[in-house]
Amino acid sequence: MSEVTLNNAELRTGETPSRAALLRRMRTSDALFHGLTRAAAIAVLLLLSGVIASLVIGSAPAFRAFGFSFFTTESWNPVTEKFGALAPIYGTLVTSFIAMAIAVPIGLMIAFFLTELCPGWLRRPIGIAIELLAGIPSIIYGIWGLFVFAPFLQRYVQPFLIDAFGNIPVLSTVFEGPPYGIGMLTAGLILAIMVLPFITSISRDVFDAVPPVLKEAAYGVGCTTWEVFRNIILPYTRVGVIGGFMLGLGRALGETMAVTFVIGNAHKISASILAPGTTISASIANEFTEAVGDIYTSSLIALGLILFLITFVVLAAARYMLMRLQRRIG
Amino acid sequence: MRRLLDSPRARTTEELLKITKIALAATALALTSWTAHAADISGAGATFPYPIYAKWADAYKKETGIGLNYQSIGSGGGIKQIKAKTVTFGASDAPLSGKDLEAAGLAQFPMVMGAIVPVVNLDGIKPGELTLDGPTIARIFLTEIKRWDDPAIAKLNPNTKLPSQAIAVVHRSDGSGTTYNFAYYLADVSPDWKSKVGVATAVQWPGGIGAKGNEGVANNVAQTRGAIGYVEYAYAKQNKLTYTKMINKAGKTVAPTSESFQAAAANADWNSKPGYGVILANQPGDMSWPMTAATWILIHKKPQDPAVAAEALKFFAWSYAKGDKMAQELDYVPMPDKVVGDIEKMWSAEIKDASGKPLYTMTH
Repeated sequence: MSEVTLNNAELRTGETPSRAALLRRMRTSDALFHGLTRAAAIAVLLLLSGVIASLVIGSAPAFRAFGFSFFTTESWNPVTEKFGALAPIYGTLVTSFIAMAIAVPIGLMIAFFLTELCPGWLRRPIGIAIELLAGIPSIIYGIWGLFVFAPFLQRYVQPFLIDAFGNIPVLSTVFEGPPYGIGMLTAGLILAIMVLPFITSISRDVFDAVPPVLKEAAYGVGCTTWEVFRNIILPYTRVGVIGGFMLGLGRALGETMAVTFVIGNAHKISASILAPGTTISASIANEFTEAVGDIYTSSLIALGLILFLITFVVLAAARYMLMRLQRRIG
Repeated sequence: MRRLLDSPRARTTEELLKITKIALAATALALTSWTAHAADISGAGATFPYPIYAKWADAYKKETGIGLNYQSIGSGGGIKQIKAKTVTFGASDAPLSGKDLEAAGLAQFPMVMGAIVPVVNLDGIKPGELTLDGPTIARIFLTEIKRWDDPAIAKLNPNTKLPSQAIAVVHRSDGSGTTYNFAYYLADVSPDWKSKVGVATAVQWPGGIGAKGNEGVANNVAQTRGAIGYVEYAYAKQNKLTYTKMINKAGKTVAPTSESFQAAAANADWNSKPGYGVILANQPGDMSWPMTAATWILIHKKPQDPAVAAEALKFFAWSYAKGDKMAQELDYVPMPDKVVGDIEKMWSAEIKDASGKPLYTMTH
């Protein structure tokens, strides 16, 4: 602060030589600052390309050995060293889908309630609770999931699901027993709880940014609360809301520890979502420490590369979707 | 001037300075303690012996002042680390073959033993009430036997009322020495297991759910009615799980006890494999528990830092000599003295510094 004042004083004196020196000094410091910020930005690119390069190099032996069949084989056999990524890819997508299917509507509802309908005194406690939910380490979710949530599901929820859908053609396969307690559904539910705070708090923030005049006008012409939500708030905030979804989806796809605890870790594709399965990150976390042999390690790194690609595709798709939306609106 | 100092900004600067000073002091402290620890022995590997290594290290430090830093990152990780020479010794639950040891210039020896027990969760059946044999367990884990009242199980338990319940198989999801030893035993007693599944630290399980770590399997078995799993004995005991008796190679029914584990170790022919790489599964003897397992130490024959390697050998010798009671307290099985003598002879013959001087001299 004091230096700036001094500089201003110097500038005011208007002595040419010192002014030129000062300008020069300011130019160098500008250039320096410019260089520093650019270096920081480039470091991100370098880091990212470094990660991609090491994933590609690390996974090369696996792709050389199995070729494209790595993506289409379900078998994962460390004894014969035959590896395929189909089961973990399937598990990753299914658990994330379950998580999003549950967390998106609930998250939006919470956010809307908080911004529009909630009495003032309740707003803060619920908001803080949501943020605390985001702050719980994933291992805690895993332990809670295994010790509390899975037994609860096994005893009460899963037998009910198996009975309820037992006679309906397709759904009877989707909810086929036995009730292990842990499995794809449990993992999806835990993930839903974990991504809920992301979706909720981002949606709440963007809902808050809707100009009151828009909402008031809508209410003024007789819109119901649902109509305001559907036709005013959602269209106005869709970019931010979709951003929140993507952040949540990104977490669901990559979440490791909590999923490892409750998914059952079986390299198998089952039609039933009650059956044990595995995800890409759970497989890596489970097996990397004890993976002996080049092909085994390389196959796990290849799984990592695939997860990277899936996340990349999801993000790219989201961008593209947003772009089209924006173009349509004009 | 006074006002300037009292302004919030100035105070922040002062505080910042203070924090910087504290941080610097902390860094300096951390650095000095780091240099003090630099002479410590470092090891990495198997998780199964971690509790006993930690206990020995603690007692050893109290006695000698020399610390040991053991990271239980898993056997595969331990092998990688010792090959990369980032640690003084590696530890593995699955022994390396003579060829691998030769190629990496490593010496290998067993440090301590443990046992694997089948655990079940069946209503009305208490620990030790159920008896199983190897071929039956293999068929259960191959998902050929699906129910508890299957004739194969009933035949082994004529006096026990078996529930008509589906069997839920629980296995390890992470690669582990426990799985290696378990699969090795099943392959030894079941040709089907050998051809369909095989032996490794992780295998392609025909069915069931995977749980991470011994504790994961223990918890899943404890929670799932009709479950069967396999864990280290200590976990079965501590979690009060229903372990089963086993029929051993001699056809005798044995319970998992420290005596039956030691019987298996005593009957083993340790010198039959390079690096003492004998798997203790299915050992002969009336008393032998069929799923006993050793865990091994790997150390370079020409270590990069001979001084620390010599300290490590001293620590191992101390553990062999004084660690038996501690091991038994934690439900491990100490190595028989005769084998220890052989191992120490091997140290003084094979582990040398750059000039060829042995790093270990026998004291007894």
